[in-house]
Amino acid sequence: MTESHTTMPETAQVMSASDIDRALTRIAHEVVEAHRGVDRLVLMGIPRRGAPLARRLGERLARIDPAFDVEASLGALDITLYRDDLSTSAPRTPEPTLVPGSGVDDATVVLVDDVLYSGRTIRAALDALSALGRPRAVRLAVLVDRGHRELPIRADHVGKNLPTSREERVGVALADVDGVAAADEGVFIHRGAAV
Amino acid sequence: MRHLLSTSALSREDALNILDTAEEMSGVATRHVKKLPTLRGRTVVNLFFEDSTRTRISFEAASKRLSADVMNFSGKGSSVSKGESLKDTVQTLESIGADAVVMRHWASGAAAQLADSGWTDCAVINAGDGTHEHPTQALLDALTLRRGWADRSGEALRGSDLAGMKVLIVGDILHSRVARSNVWLLRTLGAEVGLVAPPTLLPVGVETWPVTVHYSFDEALDTAPDAVMMLRVQAERMGGSFFPTVAEYTRRWGLTDERMARLEARFDGVSTPMVLHPGPMNRGVEISSAAADSVQNRVLDQVANGVSVRMAVLHLLLSGSRAAEPAAPSLPHSADRFSTGSSA
Repeated sequence: MTESHTTMPETAQVMSASDIDRALTRIAHEVVEAHRGVDRLVLMGIPRRGAPLARRLGERLARIDPAFDVEASLGALDITLYRDDLSTSAPRTPEPTLVPGSGVDDATVVLVDDVLYSGRTIRAALDALSALGRPRAVRLAVLVDRGHRELPIRADHVGKNLPTSREERVGVALADVDGVAAADEGVFIHRGAAV
Repeated sequence: MRHLLSTSALSREDALNILDTAEEMSGVATRHVKKLPTLRGRTVVNLFFEDSTRTRISFEAASKRLSADVMNFSGKGSSVSKGESLKDTVQTLESIGADAVVMRHWASGAAAQLADSGWTDCAVINAGDGTHEHPTQALLDALTLRRGWADRSGEALRGSDLAGMKVLIVGDILHSRVARSNVWLLRTLGAEVGLVAPPTLLPVGVETWPVTVHYSFDEALDTAPDAVMMLRVQAERMGGSFFPTVAEYTRRWGLTDERMARLEARFDGVSTPMVLHPGPMNRGVEISSAAADSVQNRVLDQVANGVSVRMAVLHLLLSGSRAAEPAAPSLPHSADRFSTGSSA
């Protein structure tokens, strides 16, 4: 371990605000195509950043098919209490879980999250979802898939596949959660920065 | 936070964290599956040296809803009646594998002694110690009050406190650990607290507490309180004569039909006045039967809130606790010793 191996902290933007926009529009079309319409379709965002992404996806679905009622079909699914690392990680305050008015029984539920990494969040989300009811099918839409899965889980709809190393960190900045201006939204890779 | 022993040591941040978590926990009761896997594999011991129905049941329900295993222990009918010390009892329970001890004890400070003693690594939750504190009861009262307060102000519930709320606590302050826990917590959350009691039922040194003291319930009602918390007249602790007769107590310090009407007039019939009672209610003593009936729903809300608050406390105390224990990294060492031993 010599000093010459030390890399300088570095941040690169891999998706811009308009890239996120376009990716969500494409995912919305994919969702409608895969589901053959919008009947009994429910979107569940995983807080924190999955929740605004699910709303944006819902707004696009309503534009594609006006039969889609955003308010009745949009929910949030907090997974804090279903995590498998609770005994070792610091306690977190749970975020609200909101079940859409139509419920999840016999619906096709699309889970929405920002970054897919180990797959453990989605494992927890599937457990949390089964406590709410019995969906007919569950699908997964993510803005970024960065690889390094630790569980047999894959996404059905991906905004961008992003090959990363485990040393890198992927950051997503959204206006609704991170307080950045709408034009400054984006996906970033941080390299070599101290964790 | 490692233990929950009192509300006087609870910071505003920790208190709001517990209340916000409790709000999310209360959603579980409405779900298809009323259970969370959060504390799977953890063991919670209810160690009750004093009689209790609702607190013990509430802690038991909270533990079970979080998938923890629960062991119930009461002082009566156990080796404690043969003279076993608290230390021996607790160490026995720990060797069975307890992760948290919920303790009610007749001695003030018993929970703090257990937490500081080094007898056990368990998280200690005070479920009432003598006339000292009963923190989870105060937290569930605060949860109930906060919902009503946010309802009226239209503010977002999450992260909100009780700033500006006027709360009267009426009755036997002297023997009440609920009143003490409530005074500290309500002050931390920004509420103004008034105490109403006959002078004989106020503790020595009450003038140093951050509260206003009233000897007359009617004068206290003139201060336009937003909520009234009635305390139970604790006949089992009344060794001396603290008031001449029950009828006189009721007439001067009870929530009679007339006083209930005054409270209701203040709320213009828009909402029912916030009247809280930790239960069990002595109808016709500290609260009239009609008043008890009209606030019964709120009292039942408090019971449901009690389970949510205790779930939040157990979750916050028991998650992450294993990382803090020095026992975790000792595993590889013992494996080393084993391999050296087998090769020799």
